Amino acid sequence: MQAAAVPGLPGSGLAWLDDARDQALRAFVERGLPDTRNELWKYTALRALQQRAYAPRDHEAASRGVADDLLRLDGCDGPRAVFVNGVFRGDLSRLDELAGSITLQPLSHALQHRPEPLRFLLGARADEDEDGFTLLNRALAADGLVVRVADGARVSQPLHIVHVGTNAGSAVAWHLRDLIELGEGASFAVIEHHVGDDTSGHLANLVRTITLRAHARLDWTIVQRASEDATLLRHTDCVLHDNAELDFHALELGGKLSRHELRVDLAGDRARFASRGAFVLDGRQHCDTEVLVTHRGRDTVSDSLWRGVASDRARGVVHGRILVQPGADGSDGSFYNKNLLLSPTAEIDTRPALEIYADEVKANHGATVGQLDDNVLFYLRSRGIPLDTARRMLVRAFCAVTLDGIRPAPLRGFCETLLAEQLPEAEA
Amino acid sequence: MLKIENLHARVAGKEILKGLSLEAKPGEVHAIMGPNGAGKSTLGNVIAGRAGYEVTQGSVTFDGNDLLAMEPEARAAAGVFLAFQYPVEIPGVNNTYFLRAALNAQRKARGETELDSMQFLKLVRERVKEMGMTPELLNRAVNEGFSGGEKKRNEVFQMAVLEPRLAILDETDSGLDIDALKQVAEGVNRLRSPERSSLVITHYQRLLDYIVPDFVHVLADGRIVESGDATLAKELEAHGYAWVRDRTPREAHA
Repeated sequence: MQAAAVPGLPGSGLAWLDDARDQALRAFVERGLPDTRNELWKYTALRALQQRAYAPRDHEAASRGVADDLLRLDGCDGPRAVFVNGVFRGDLSRLDELAGSITLQPLSHALQHRPEPLRFLLGARADEDEDGFTLLNRALAADGLVVRVADGARVSQPLHIVHVGTNAGSAVAWHLRDLIELGEGASFAVIEHHVGDDTSGHLANLVRTITLRAHARLDWTIVQRASEDATLLRHTDCVLHDNAELDFHALELGGKLSRHELRVDLAGDRARFASRGAFVLDGRQHCDTEVLVTHRGRDTVSDSLWRGVASDRARGVVHGRILVQPGADGSDGSFYNKNLLLSPTAEIDTRPALEIYADEVKANHGATVGQLDDNVLFYLRSRGIPLDTARRMLVRAFCAVTLDGIRPAPLRGFCETLLAEQLPEAEA
Repeated sequence: MLKIENLHARVAGKEILKGLSLEAKPGEVHAIMGPNGAGKSTLGNVIAGRAGYEVTQGSVTFDGNDLLAMEPEARAAAGVFLAFQYPVEIPGVNNTYFLRAALNAQRKARGETELDSMQFLKLVRERVKEMGMTPELLNRAVNEGFSGGEKKRNEVFQMAVLEPRLAILDETDSGLDIDALKQVAEGVNRLRSPERSSLVITHYQRLLDYIVPDFVHVLADGRIVESGDATLAKELEAHGYAWVRDRTPREAHA
């Protein structure tokens, strides 16, 4: 993979930023892309990816036409931030509808006009164990969102963030960096939506830092419908202070290769994290979900429930790790993952893991991989429901539990429809 | 309507049905009785099309069509319904949603127009009332957390909504208290009509006090060894199944 020259990025010329980008690039050259010896990449091989060439940017991304239908999502008619091929598009966004208690800027804009507040996060040196993609992101991120919700602000309308991949003549790689902070007692909701109508096989590399101050609450919902040739890599770092709450939902349906490494640091006492997610894969799709929770504060709670379905030659990977640090007494963590294989050539690798270094801790985990129950299928068919429909019905039911709690209600309904449509028409 | 001729069927390599013949005409209710292991449930499952039952000889036709060549869903659309001995629980699938999907799939397969949600709701409300079903059960997942009696009643309720032309009740009476038994029987009797027929598979005579059959057949060791009218069931009750075995000459088994 070719790295673009560092000059020419937003904020180039700022000494601290140039230093950080140079250092990250040097570290990337040294470390390369993660390989399967890396525990967190064990089941996601990148050999095919390394053979590919990507343009460092789509020069027409700022003016490409995008059908409004593609951007729309049921239940999301409020404020919206749109990125097309990795470039923020003010003309397609609807930010004037944002509540006054929210400040939102594209990263490109913030770096040009008011970079100093970003210095602490973007000027920091890379960690020893950062993988190649986060290093690349540090070196090359040209856009993203910088969002801050004021202390005590309770925002009811969710922010809809849309990432669109559209045809650009050749495959493009883009790197986006989001910085999201909720002030004390703030509450906010984000709906992250990935869509595409391209056949270019773009690569998106997203890194996000989410900070929830004390008593803040964030609802984060991902609807991932990237185009079928797309590669989508996401790394999200969340830090929760005292009594903060993060409620996370994900529906992963698209992309050829998609991966999300979600790291949640329950740093403050009584911080709570809940995640619900499902992937339904077909063809040769590969989807890797890493949920890495660290209990650091006392009486912290994490609770995760994931469902995976793979048919044809698809491959799913689920890794749920709960790490309870010394002193995090009274922690309560759970991670449950159930999976369904719909064909003998599909594969799902699931690994729940617990590491506990504190006392009076409750921790539970469990994972299963199974098939649809023939007795149940026969029951449905004996009532006149054709085999295809019966399978879809059962897969939808299998995943539906992960959709509970998605708001607003029309979005939940839409997610159910997506689930039902995702399954292949027929399979022997 | 239903014609079974010299049916031989195997389950897991073991021959269970060994030359069973039976004909049910429209409007008739046939009771199939017999001791455990005689092949009663196998008969129901073979007719409904459950996988794992291998027919090695004989035929089953429905309205002259080869039932054994049809997928289970096609049999259902043709009018065959099996009330399961052990109804399955389907977490996450709402009872009403499931029934509407089933009814509309059948209607579609028959070339009839599908019911919209209002029409369907109206139908379901009528049946709920007739069956004395707890309406809350409709909003729950199919059979999930239902008591044994609720499951069996749900089978008969599904039957009432789907209005099959051939209903097979596989030990629907087992595990029911007398009130539930009466309700199930009422549900079955309500469906009795000159166009429809039923096979009532049971181990005990008790259900037949409430669903009075036109014919009673005794199934033993994979064959029908005795047929008669409703009084046969009473005699069985009085004498036990050994009585049939003793009474039946070996050559009658052929």
